[in-house]
Amino acid sequence: MFGKLRRLNQDISRIALEESNSLPSNERRRFLRNGLFTAGGAMVGGALAGMSPRLGAAETQYPPEIPSWTRSLGPGVVTDPYGVPSPFEKEVIRRNVPWLTAEKTSSISFSPIQHLKGIITPNGLFFERHHAGRPEVDPQQHRLMIHGLVERPIILSMEDLQRFPSVSQINFIECPANGGMEWRGAQLNSLQFLHGMVSCAEWTGVRLSTLLQEVGMKPEGKWLLAEGSDGAAMTRSIPMEKALDDVIVAFAQNGEALRREQGYPIRLVVPGWEGNTHVKWLRRLEVGDKPWMQREETSKYTDLMSDGTAHGFTWVMEAKSVITSPCPEMPMRGSGIYQIEGIAWSGRGKVKAVDVSVDGGRNWTQARLREPVMSKSLTRFSLEWSWDGNPALLQSRVIDETGYVQPTLAQLKEVRGTNSIYHKNAIQTWQVKPDGSVNNVQL
Amino acid sequence: MFSFDKSSRILASLGSGVLLVTLTAVCHAEPAGHYGYGEPATEDQIAGWDIDVRPDGKGLPKGSGTVDEGMNVFETYCSSCHGAFGEGMGRFPKLAGGDGSLAEDRPEKTVGSFWPYASTLWDYIHRAMPFFAPQSLTDDQVYALTAYVLNLNYIVDGDFVANSDTLPKVKMPNEDGFIWEDPRPEIRNERCMKNCRGEVEIKDSAVGKNLTPSTTGPLDKGLTE
Repeated sequence: MFGKLRRLNQDISRIALEESNSLPSNERRRFLRNGLFTAGGAMVGGALAGMSPRLGAAETQYPPEIPSWTRSLGPGVVTDPYGVPSPFEKEVIRRNVPWLTAEKTSSISFSPIQHLKGIITPNGLFFERHHAGRPEVDPQQHRLMIHGLVERPIILSMEDLQRFPSVSQINFIECPANGGMEWRGAQLNSLQFLHGMVSCAEWTGVRLSTLLQEVGMKPEGKWLLAEGSDGAAMTRSIPMEKALDDVIVAFAQNGEALRREQGYPIRLVVPGWEGNTHVKWLRRLEVGDKPWMQREETSKYTDLMSDGTAHGFTWVMEAKSVITSPCPEMPMRGSGIYQIEGIAWSGRGKVKAVDVSVDGGRNWTQARLREPVMSKSLTRFSLEWSWDGNPALLQSRVIDETGYVQPTLAQLKEVRGTNSIYHKNAIQTWQVKPDGSVNNVQL
Repeated sequence: MFSFDKSSRILASLGSGVLLVTLTAVCHAEPAGHYGYGEPATEDQIAGWDIDVRPDGKGLPKGSGTVDEGMNVFETYCSSCHGAFGEGMGRFPKLAGGDGSLAEDRPEKTVGSFWPYASTLWDYIHRAMPFFAPQSLTDDQVYALTAYVLNLNYIVDGDFVANSDTLPKVKMPNEDGFIWEDPRPEIRNERCMKNCRGEVEIKDSAVGKNLTPSTTGPLDKGLTE
């Protein structure tokens, strides 16, 4: 057997030598070194596997058997020059609700928050909202114009923009329609589709205050218009107080350039405010003395009350939390000890505490907050729970640093009616059945 | 000797919050163009991109359009999604109707029933319509479409001519239906921990409603229930 293996290795060496004869000497040495090592190693592994009936015939990768990946070499570096997730994670993807919109170019996708860990949403799983599809913007051609009530209107290339001092901050973005399908009743039996219009990332960019200082604002400049360069030329009016507070023009997300779905090459990040204000593919900032009353802030993203009046300029995303495990996609597997886990956030600042109830809100226990706890960012919480196999109604309730306590759906409906679509931050109830299945219910 | 400016900075460095504000004010007083990056935006460049329109008419360009002209443009570019009379096709928005429905169980939010300002109609058609070829219409076509959609909603007569003088004067039916101040937080709960509510009853469940797309398997596999 070993004699056969030696012959094979000799054959490979001979072929490698012939192949390398045409290469320059230094190249040839490298080729031989790498080639011989790899080819010989593979052959040794293969031959050994063939030799041993116990190893070769293994039907399982569990102990005491030795897994096949332990007895072989994997692909080398830069097999995936830009890394991709394990093929075994192929179901962890953004998904959409086909019946929700006319078609996909003006639609929304949902983050698979049932599968995510920690507080950072991977860039490829950050929820998307497009109003005219996702444009392919050439950063060499892209420009940011800042004008209006300013001393020095300017046009910045992407290189110009990145010369300014930059900052990084971890902030969530949430679509104000997150959960908006549920005002009239429980509709969707899925954490992803119920609450997946929220994601969180580390954003890097230039403070809007730095840019506005650079162009020199005139005293009558009280509002800012942000405009995207996509086919919807999306616009929102933002009051100057917020613009100068913590808004950034971001060019990076979790360490890399923004993803195209997230506004490459630049977008606005407006911490704690409804996602629609975080204008993507940003091309223009205009300083004005009044709001512009654009389509997105009048006919959309206003909250219709039951008396027919509507509230506009309701920008802040109020505090919200949801249990991510268990959930409809992550059912219970028999009685025993579980870590109830979830995410909480507040557009007004930091999460102060999260309470969990297993009896539909009659009694509550304070959960453990997992560090880091940051302003206008997702925060993880968990609570150990010993499940006896009986039916249970799980809820979580966040308290933010302003003292605001997350309301029940009944409370929200009493104030807003059922037509407001947006800003539904009510407590979510999960029904746990004795068979371990978990369902979306309303109390 | 201390100049006033110097002394305020020194005091600020002692960490007083009030004086830090003073320091910020000093920074704001810096002349525009401190870094000097980028190029000055010329008037021509600004005019090319500055397309926004406000309720007071600021931003509306020259040009005009009639209701009849608008009907023709609408049939060519808009009716396949919005219907010939703005009634909406499939899930594309309904543009007309819905009068008096805002307080009903199924409100219809159309241009006529909901939009507070006519300027927004010109602005939005111009920046984002027609859906498959945005910013391809002439200013006159946009004026004509604006006139037509307003007429579909009985807000203007058939002889209305839309232009930069007439549009700001159009009073939309729902202009006074908005409150432009955020009333939240509307709910101020105490943080109760024990015996916070009486009997708990499940009033509704998503089970069996057949609305939930699959969260496993390939994308768009269909409904799970």
